[in-house]
Amino acid sequence: MSIPRRDLLAGAALSLIFSVTPAQARTIVGALPWEPDTATPPLPVKEGSWQFFTADEAAAVEAIVDRLIPPDPETPGGKEAGCAVFIDRQLAGSYGSARRLYMRPPFMDGTPEQGPQSPLTPAMRYRLGLAALDKHCRQAYGEKSFAQLTDEQKDKVLTGMQKGPITFAGTSATGLFEQLLTNTREGFFADPAYGGNRDMVGWKMIGFPGARYDYRDWIDRHNERFPLPPIGIGGIRA
Amino acid sequence: MRSATFALLLLLAAVPAHAGSDGQSYDQISRGRYLATLGDCAACHTVPGGPPYAGGRALETPFGTLLAPNLTPDRETGIGAWSDDEFIAAVREGQGRNGHLYPAMPYPYYTKMSRDDVLAIRDYLATLEPVTNKVVANQLPFPFSMRFTLSMWNGINFTSGRFQPVQGKSEEWNRGAYLVEGAGHCGACHTSKNFLGGDHTGSALEGGVLQGWFAPNITGDPHVGVGGWSADDIVAYLLTGHNRMSAATGPMAEVVTDQTSQMSPQDLQAIAVYLKDTGDQSNPAPTPIAASDPVMQKGQAVYIDQCTACHGAAGDGIPSLIPSLKGSSSIQSADTTSLRRIVMEGARSVATDPAPTGAAMPSFGWKLSREQIAAVLTYIRNSWGNSAAAVAP
Amino acid sequence: MTRRLPPTDAVIIGLGWTGSILAHELTGAGLNVVAIERGPWRDTATDFPTTYAQDELRYHVRHDLFLRPAQETMTVRNNGNQNALPMRSWGSFMPPNGVGGGGVHWNGQTWRFLPSDFQQRSHNIERYGKNFLPDDMTIQDWGITYDDIEPYYDRFEYLCGTSGIAGNLKGVLKDGGNLYEGPRSREYPTPGQKQPYGPTLFAKAAIELGYKPFPQPSGNLSQAYTNPLGVTLGPCTYCGFCEWFGCGNYSKASPQTTILPVLVRRPNFEARTQCEVLKINLDPSGKRATGVTYIDSNGGTWEQPAEIVLLCAFQLFNVQMLLWSGIGQPYNPSTNEGVIGRNYSYQVTSSVNAFFDEDKNFNPFISSGAIGTCVDDFNGDNFDHGKHGYIGGGYMGAVQTNGRPLQSTLTPKGTPAWGADWKKSVKQNYLHTYQTATHGGCCSYRDAYLDLDPTYNDAFGRKLLRITFDFHENELKMSQYMTDRLAEITQKMGPRHLEKNPRAGHYNSTIYQTTHTCGGAIMGDDPKTSAVNRYLQSWDVPNLFIPGASAFPQNAGYNPTNTVAALAFMSGDAIVNQYLKSPGPLVPA
Repeated sequence: MSIPRRDLLAGAALSLIFSVTPAQARTIVGALPWEPDTATPPLPVKEGSWQFFTADEAAAVEAIVDRLIPPDPETPGGKEAGCAVFIDRQLAGSYGSARRLYMRPPFMDGTPEQGPQSPLTPAMRYRLGLAALDKHCRQAYGEKSFAQLTDEQKDKVLTGMQKGPITFAGTSATGLFEQLLTNTREGFFADPAYGGNRDMVGWKMIGFPGARYDYRDWIDRHNERFPLPPIGIGGIRA
Repeated sequence: MRSATFALLLLLAAVPAHAGSDGQSYDQISRGRYLATLGDCAACHTVPGGPPYAGGRALETPFGTLLAPNLTPDRETGIGAWSDDEFIAAVREGQGRNGHLYPAMPYPYYTKMSRDDVLAIRDYLATLEPVTNKVVANQLPFPFSMRFTLSMWNGINFTSGRFQPVQGKSEEWNRGAYLVEGAGHCGACHTSKNFLGGDHTGSALEGGVLQGWFAPNITGDPHVGVGGWSADDIVAYLLTGHNRMSAATGPMAEVVTDQTSQMSPQDLQAIAVYLKDTGDQSNPAPTPIAASDPVMQKGQAVYIDQCTACHGAAGDGIPSLIPSLKGSSSIQSADTTSLRRIVMEGARSVATDPAPTGAAMPSFGWKLSREQIAAVLTYIRNSWGNSAAAVAP
Repeated sequence: MTRRLPPTDAVIIGLGWTGSILAHELTGAGLNVVAIERGPWRDTATDFPTTYAQDELRYHVRHDLFLRPAQETMTVRNNGNQNALPMRSWGSFMPPNGVGGGGVHWNGQTWRFLPSDFQQRSHNIERYGKNFLPDDMTIQDWGITYDDIEPYYDRFEYLCGTSGIAGNLKGVLKDGGNLYEGPRSREYPTPGQKQPYGPTLFAKAAIELGYKPFPQPSGNLSQAYTNPLGVTLGPCTYCGFCEWFGCGNYSKASPQTTILPVLVRRPNFEARTQCEVLKINLDPSGKRATGVTYIDSNGGTWEQPAEIVLLCAFQLFNVQMLLWSGIGQPYNPSTNEGVIGRNYSYQVTSSVNAFFDEDKNFNPFISSGAIGTCVDDFNGDNFDHGKHGYIGGGYMGAVQTNGRPLQSTLTPKGTPAWGADWKKSVKQNYLHTYQTATHGGCCSYRDAYLDLDPTYNDAFGRKLLRITFDFHENELKMSQYMTDRLAEITQKMGPRHLEKNPRAGHYNSTIYQTTHTCGGAIMGDDPKTSAVNRYLQSWDVPNLFIPGASAFPQNAGYNPTNTVAALAFMSGDAIVNQYLKSPGPLVPA
């Protein structure tokens, strides 16, 4: 399978992120199979139009990620780091559709130890949840969307979703919050190819060198700061 | 061993003798089989996975496609009806039964072989299972399809003649020369070609480009040839595909698997002795590009970020696993075709029974820009004692 | 319509560690071997190259190398009064998939069990009395001794090039190694790994408290190594993308880096990938396996007849395949009869999070899956349990394997989960946080078992495996005690703040606690209480062999891979040298 060059259009690239190599029964005899020029790296997300979110949903999510990880003088917040873009692309792909998960019925509630039993895929949860969130904000704050609230109001809503007392009709407010928190962090710290952690701001914040692979010159250098900038899978230093 | 067993069975079933050769002697047939391996006849005349030497394998030449003929004893479609002299003329003079052979058949090299050796190969081929496979060898477009034009080609590019031992050189050297210049036909890849596809005899074994690979200089040149390798290094490389600093890959992997790994250590030693005595053995290396050069700095950053996890910060690789870049003659070659290709597409080293690991390098073409690749290649060509011209993006 | 293939000598279900080891042994004895693997072929430079293996989201978070729950999963419940529900996404463990199996993405922690571990029941009864063990604890002796298995531990370690320092060489104790280990016949094939900062602090602290720390035995090699098969591995480069990831530079022992290059060259070996074995076929007597039936990725079904069948899948799938195929009597927890599914056990881990001032920079990203410094004083029966009211134990140590941001940005308890304070805490703590861990064993119990779920099916309509499992008091006491001891050592490293996280409460299938699921087709010397004999040969079907952690009667306080592999070597030895000469039961029932 030959690999598209870096200038591949984002649209075509998306379906290849997380795609499994086409499943074909394969008989191996006599030699290790190998072909030149094969690779399945994550194809870099390209900025542009939203692939999953509507404009309103995107506005809400951008505002949310900027409260979950607010900007400060040293490090951008979730929005500038691209967390909403990350989430959008994830929801448009196999993560959003829960394609890899066991989604067969019957769906029954169980104990916390038995794990999530919801038939909602992440994509559904966002769709339903963001609609419910919007409804809540308009009811509670005089026809304002989440993005239009003040920072204090936003934090109050988020806390209310996280710990109660805010509930949504027909979908779990806490469930949406936890989904958002998880995905926002993922977007902040995953490889920039996925659309978040722009310019590796998340990694720079903590001092994580990124996609490096050889620390033999450093294993004996105890308690020393590692000086090199982070690099991403895309091959460029921050 | 399968063919040898078959040979034995056919011997018991009255194989027709050939005049002038000892077609019934197991030793002779064995020798012929070994010589066929030395000449790597199967590389062209056997379709992978198909019946041995039954022909039909396509050869891509700069002039078009040729199909290698059927060498099995089949009387209609193979060489069963050929006389010994016809066989010898084909192998050593490029004279087929129906006209000139194209020099994709390396007769300009095989011309050096002795009659005895060529007939031994014939005796071996005669023990193979006859296969009916009519091959129309000539698939070339006009005007290359006109065989008579080859008499002109031969006039320019072919000198018939047996190998003449060189006085004052050891028996081992001469054996090596006989193998390299004759059956081994190393120059078919390792010697650059003129526009007609003939050898630049003035730069024999100094490297050649084919099929998108650069077959490196294998003369005793210490900088870009095998001058820096010991004879043991050369033998290990040919026998196992690996030595302490290099690994066979690309088209050479098949050469190792089918040809050189099957050769006797004595013959490989002879080849090593000969090769190290060829070429410009005093070729001084150029001054390396300074480490402070901006391209070198950029290349070093790429190298640290992308390459050291396998090739090491000191460029010395892992013996039998990861080739050494330091001191590598192919890295420092003027022609960078192979270098670029390996970085862009990846490469797998050959696996042999003594060295079965067959580690592979991943592809970087999707990851690094042209500038990054040019910079890192320039860096490795001029670090750790290496020196060579910069690589342009 | 199922088409019948020409028969082969041996068919192997699953091409992971045990499948590769046994395929190599059997093809070496001249047998024609076909290995059938449900997942894809996996190759280092193609599938986990150094160019993109370092992808935390893809491999750690999205589980790219593991089996997809959509393809096969299990249901889980803590006890028989609950409805078991499916694990819709993985949590507690990560079932492998593909050629190489778990060997591709394991940590590389290569421990031997203690001599006393193989006599878990008789040893503890002898020392502490029968009443010390709870009535419903069903631990058993293995039917073999440490001396029986020692040569095979050696074989696996030398296959892998395991890095370590011997603590007991033929009975002579050696400083620097694990003084509690059973005697080994020779030194490790490569030296112990160099240690990063954190483990060296842990070692100092441990020594101050009177313990004898040693480097964790590691399948991430400390130097280049060529194994007895002629395959070469490189030195580990501490990349920090080890467990759950494939190794890009041939420095983690796996079937790919130790066996497959040689195995695949053998003309009498064939691997068929992306083929799902549906069941093991039996003859009318039910006492002989005739081969397997499998489905390929085009939906075609095939019967592969074979003289010998080796069930080399992951532990859970071994048990599931036996149940699907009707081999052996399924375990009934009420009547305590039957053996298939009996004695399911797991691993009981815990951790201590330590937060240091900024003068201690741990560079957590400089790490590997099995790097670390450990103490073994609280494992097995290495100390007197009399006062403590539990048996068993585990090793503990500074075994931090990575600094990957999504996994390893710990904050002290009470830190908000989001917002400016969260962000500040993550930034301040990342380089100065250290986590130590305990790795405890797990006994078997009447009420911890595997069977087939009545409600949920997989993609082929087959019943899912049901796991009924919870922690018992023995394990929770063990975890509490070990975590306290670990905290003492960790405190001596000098953190400003320390948090203990002992295993507590119910078994929670959503929290990762190792993939060391064990049992369900256990080995022993009595067919009434075991599924296989000491050579992993099925008591019921003598031409069926079942290697894997499914053979463990209970789990010891160590990672299972070395023992799984050693048992496979032992089984292979018996097949080649005894069974082939005289097919039939190798041990009188």
